[in-house]
Amino acid sequence: METPNLAPFPAQHDLGGNPRFRCTPVEIEDDAPPDDFGKRVDALRAVLRDKGLITTDEQRFNIESLPEAEYFDLTYYEKWLRAVAAVMIAKGVVTWEELQ
Amino acid sequence: MSTGAGQVSAARFAAGQSVRVKDAKPERVARMHLRTPHYARGRIGRIVRALGTFPNPEDIAFNRPAEPRVLYHVLFDQPPVWGDGEAGDTLLIELFEHWLEEA
Amino acid sequence: MANQPPRAESLALLAKLEAALKRRGIVSDEEIELKRASADRANPMTGARMVARAWIDPEWRALLLRDGTAAAEAMGISMRGNPPLGVLEDTAGVHHLVVCTLCSCYPRAIIGYPPHWYKSAAYRSRAVREPRAVLAEFGTVLPAGMQVRVVDSTADFRWMVLPQRPAGTEGWTEDQLTALVTRDDMVGVTLPRVGRRESRAA
Repeated sequence: METPNLAPFPAQHDLGGNPRFRCTPVEIEDDAPPDDFGKRVDALRAVLRDKGLITTDEQRFNIESLPEAEYFDLTYYEKWLRAVAAVMIAKGVVTWEELQ
Repeated sequence: MSTGAGQVSAARFAAGQSVRVKDAKPERVARMHLRTPHYARGRIGRIVRALGTFPNPEDIAFNRPAEPRVLYHVLFDQPPVWGDGEAGDTLLIELFEHWLEEA
Repeated sequence: MANQPPRAESLALLAKLEAALKRRGIVSDEEIELKRASADRANPMTGARMVARAWIDPEWRALLLRDGTAAAEAMGISMRGNPPLGVLEDTAGVHHLVVCTLCSCYPRAIIGYPPHWYKSAAYRSRAVREPRAVLAEFGTVLPAGMQVRVVDSTADFRWMVLPQRPAGTEGWTEDQLTALVTRDDMVGVTLPRVGRRESRAA
């Protein structure tokens, strides 16, 4: 019997061997560079990292913590943005009201 | 312990040594940030080399003081991990010392 | 998961976050633009030249394999703030394939932005479990007897593959060899080959 309050295992981001994608082809033609939004998020994150306001592992953890539907539905840089915003709020760098 | 690539003077395991990845699932009971993929847990592999010493990402993720940990490249046979695959194919994974034990 | 445009709410969130950070004097447009320009400059030509030189110059090859970060610096790439670069050497018996099953670790400093497929759930879940099927989707069939070593990039290093020098390139110059090597070769999903059709992303 599963203890109901245990988190799922493997965690959603721990994708190695995940059977859900066993039959999903790799979209090898889908290799355009990031769009303007993606590049802006990427650059902002890099500036904040240089200033010591966010680490790669803080960013990763906040991406891993997204609700499952968002983890799989948001685009790559949307997930980054959500994680950066979450870390900035958690550290009191910005307030949640400013991001409403 | 100084950190960085190539800083391996404190390494507990030597190249060629057999190690077992701890068969633990701490993320089931607490919110954690782990860099040991689930499929490697409990598996026996061989140390290829110590890569360096780095602050423990399990701490960095929560913005708390991070202990230096030795990072290794560990080689595993693929077929036992998945129950299929081609003999001779392998998996090479970066794993931190605190996830490894002698096998 | 496809490479779709961002939602309106994401564009709005980015605008608000940028505005809040600028209002507080934490970031400036100039700093953001500098980072963006530097990310845009990183491209697979750097990695390709590192590979080509390794095919010609044994001393460079030894440096590349011993200390990828130092080798990248020697190519004029500032690696400060970048994770250490590791280089894995293909041999007649072993071919390397790089994936990051936990997120999307990728040697951006020397090959640029990762392609969408590298970050996709399909690649991340399948490359470790059925690497030969994934390679086949890229049109890559390994010579008989060659083993696949899947490299799960889980931690502090970023990994690139040093492929074997293809047959038929005897006497080629470094520039000719550089032009042969693609981004995908350095991830390990393809092998450099003389006379293949125009690479998908040189």
